[in-house]
Amino acid sequence: MPSSSPISSVNDFVVRFANVNGSGSASANELFARSVMRMGIPVAPRNIFPSNIQGLPTWYEVRISEAGHLGARGGTDLMVAMNPQTWDKDVAGIETGGYLFYDSTKPMPQSKFREDITVIGVPLTAICNREYTDLRQRQLFKNIIYVGALSALLDMEIEVLEQLVKEQFKSKEKLIQSNLHALHLGRDWALMNVQCPIGLRLRRADAVGDRIFVEGNAAAALGAVYGGATVCAWYPITPSSSLADAFASHCKRLRVDPETKQNRVAIVQAEDELASIGMVIGAAWNGARAFTATSGPGISLMQEFLGLAYFAEIPAVVFDVQRAGPSTGMPTRTQQCDLISCAYASHGDTKHVLLFPEDPAEAFDFGADAFDLADRLQTPIFVMLDLDIGMNHRLCRALKWDDSRKYDRGKVMTAADLDAGKDFGRYLDVDGDGIPYRTYPGTHPSKGSFFTRGTSRDRYARYTEEGAPYADNMQRLIRKFETAKDLVPRPLQANASKPTKYGVIYYGSTSPAMDEAIDLIETRGHALNRLRVRAFPFHSSVTSFVADHDFVFVVEQNRDAQLRSLIVNECGIDPIRLVPILHYDGTPITARFIAHAIGDHLEALKVTPLRKVVS
Amino acid sequence: MTYITKPKFHHPALPKNALGYTHRDYEGSVSTLCAGCGHDSISGAIIEACFELDIAPHRVAKLSGIGCSSKTPTYFLGNSHGFNSVHGRMPSVLTGANLANRELIYLGVSGDGDSASIGLGQFAHALRRGVNMVYIVENNGVYGLTKGQFSATADRGSKSKRGVTNSDNSIDLVAMALQLGATFVARSFSGDKTQMVPLIKAAIEHEGAAFIDIVSPCVAFNNHAGSTKSFDYVREHNEAVNRLDFITGRAPITVAYEPGSMEVVEQHDGSKLVLKKVAADYDAHDRLGAMSFLQRHAALGQVVTGLLYVDREPEDLHRHFNTVAAPLNSLSDQELCPGSAALDKINAGLR
Repeated sequence: MPSSSPISSVNDFVVRFANVNGSGSASANELFARSVMRMGIPVAPRNIFPSNIQGLPTWYEVRISEAGHLGARGGTDLMVAMNPQTWDKDVAGIETGGYLFYDSTKPMPQSKFREDITVIGVPLTAICNREYTDLRQRQLFKNIIYVGALSALLDMEIEVLEQLVKEQFKSKEKLIQSNLHALHLGRDWALMNVQCPIGLRLRRADAVGDRIFVEGNAAAALGAVYGGATVCAWYPITPSSSLADAFASHCKRLRVDPETKQNRVAIVQAEDELASIGMVIGAAWNGARAFTATSGPGISLMQEFLGLAYFAEIPAVVFDVQRAGPSTGMPTRTQQCDLISCAYASHGDTKHVLLFPEDPAEAFDFGADAFDLADRLQTPIFVMLDLDIGMNHRLCRALKWDDSRKYDRGKVMTAADLDAGKDFGRYLDVDGDGIPYRTYPGTHPSKGSFFTRGTSRDRYARYTEEGAPYADNMQRLIRKFETAKDLVPRPLQANASKPTKYGVIYYGSTSPAMDEAIDLIETRGHALNRLRVRAFPFHSSVTSFVADHDFVFVVEQNRDAQLRSLIVNECGIDPIRLVPILHYDGTPITARFIAHAIGDHLEALKVTPLRKVVS
Repeated sequence: MTYITKPKFHHPALPKNALGYTHRDYEGSVSTLCAGCGHDSISGAIIEACFELDIAPHRVAKLSGIGCSSKTPTYFLGNSHGFNSVHGRMPSVLTGANLANRELIYLGVSGDGDSASIGLGQFAHALRRGVNMVYIVENNGVYGLTKGQFSATADRGSKSKRGVTNSDNSIDLVAMALQLGATFVARSFSGDKTQMVPLIKAAIEHEGAAFIDIVSPCVAFNNHAGSTKSFDYVREHNEAVNRLDFITGRAPITVAYEPGSMEVVEQHDGSKLVLKKVAADYDAHDRLGAMSFLQRHAALGQVVTGLLYVDREPEDLHRHFNTVAAPLNSLSDQELCPGSAALDKINAGLR
């Protein structure tokens, strides 16, 4: 018997599956998570996986929260321990009063368990060996059997699981029947042999609404389809490869000419990241909307080309699905660590536009917007996802598209403009916003051609190494960057219920953990105003937000406080006013971490001021 | 260079091509290369080829990397868009440009440093993908702009102007192009305009990856005794396999070669190449034969020139991708955006 009382919770707990990579557990675990969502209960699954194909440990963490908290929480209430390699660590990670689910076919010594948890043994291997002779089947169905057992233990609606199995295998009746059979094997065994349900329960709710369940990479790729991308050049790299894969599969459905069956898109798997960005730049120079998807190491390789695109003013869209660096770093772990390397990518004076989506829905929006921004500003646009958003299914608002929207192709002079006698200077600031006009190659037999180069040139694109035209051009690029501030997505501010002198700035995948942390911080008696930054360069409201508070926490997932550095650098703010809250161990940031770090800081401020004691 | 402006005056009697353009309409600004540079002869041959083919100058996109050779696109086709990209990366930029608009003619100009050293990877991959382009390497075996270092095409044992002997093996881009699957492979010599112009014309009409290596002596750093890329050396060791005449559909075929030594090659677009065979045993449609011929003659110290290989039925990247006939950069919002109804369906599938 456990020495402390078992956790009792309805629709608010964390289940963690410990598996072996390549054992087929992923689809079973996803079936579990989807079933929770179908019961109307918000759910946030996360893959924690190694850089490996088969054999190493992998985890799937499912946070269930009727209150709608989708950030990682930390801690495990129910551990489904299917991997002997990680047993000790997995058992140790269970919250006091939590539950351990394991394969009890082989007896385990008492020392392998804990006194303060509830242990549920199901002889999964024995059941499989009895039912199946085929080795592969034994392994695959073991996963479905434990999902079946969990359905009984957690009091799930079995019809929901059955329906999902039917949807997954569509018309393959044989597969449907065998999976349903396995599901019931586990469920029936649990109902017969274990006290069901346990203290953790799922009860139908109505907290999901019309939200969708999608991975950020898939949503961003769909954004690229809706944004009109016709050329994608990429090189495989975790965690961005699934973005290019998703783009290809979306295009198979959405970008085939219905009559000729030909493709309205070209997707190249390039030989490296240099070639991918080179192709994007070539295509965009030639008037197509083009993008690449990569991660930090790819950004490092693209530096020279990014400087060219900045200086020669060529649109490009780069999806950077960030992972922990530097170097190869932790390829399968999340971080927000490429802000500086993207914001100032390449040698010389450069500044780039970055967008920070918080979830798949915003990854879709920004993914599409990025192409308008790139054409409007004639410069690379970085969509800064990370592994946490990109490679996990996330519950988010449904994707929306306004059919009256037209693509903004930016300032492009046509043959008619040229014939009408408009003065064409490729780098001429006609409108005072720093953005010049361009022509696509092939526009006109005798007017509007120009030479694109990374070397210095005058307003009419003529090569020059004179100082004055060089400086004139560099100043115009700064004007253009100023223009960008009002074109990129604005920061979103949310104020505390009572007036406060303190604020917090955050961005990207930190969002759900931050929202939840605010509640925790408020229960500790503190109030914080929030500003979610959604793009770089910063809108003027970032500077005013800092000015409006005594000090502002900047929460981010990297070691060096990169966003904070950008704010200090670009907004001319005294660094002392920005308190860094940094999480960078490769796991997604949690509400508990933020609340703890900020709460401690605020409590330290509550001590009687030193000056008073002394005087 | 901006300080020398080329006069725009056209002599009224200048001959015009079928589109009404004169030779002058295909020129660029004044070259800033050294007097006597082989590269300027290549620019001249490109101008000649485009004039003779009646190509509207703005329908050509000229792309290059970095180096002396890569500067040359400024000196021809002044009414074409040009892109002087980064060192060794012209092939990827050209590939992207080609994907965006399959209707233009893509002319990539590179050098031996640009393609055989820093850009060897991109050179290889663009050829192996079958990008429809003319890829010219102006090959002088030396880095000119940085004052005379060996490039990767410098022959082993050749001497630099400073007297240093190259101990590294050389890369033969022609041999690589054959191995990589280029569907048109030729070599020429910048001092041989009669060979260059028809080769460039044929390459332009070729609907696949066409590669021409043009040995182009560097008068400043690689034209001395001991160099294997000097005018004298190449003239003495040039081993032409064939002489080419190029005939488009509109011109009648009136070739005066004696029977038996002549072969007419019809290209996919209807244009015809008339090959006058110099080496009687040479077959320009035999990739393996070309590779071995090249190696045998290289071992004898001979620079084999001419049309070395041509595939009569080339394929290109657009065909591999099955892209629509219209240029991708011309597709309308309606053709590209699936709209809200499709998105609603996608949303429904994600619940």
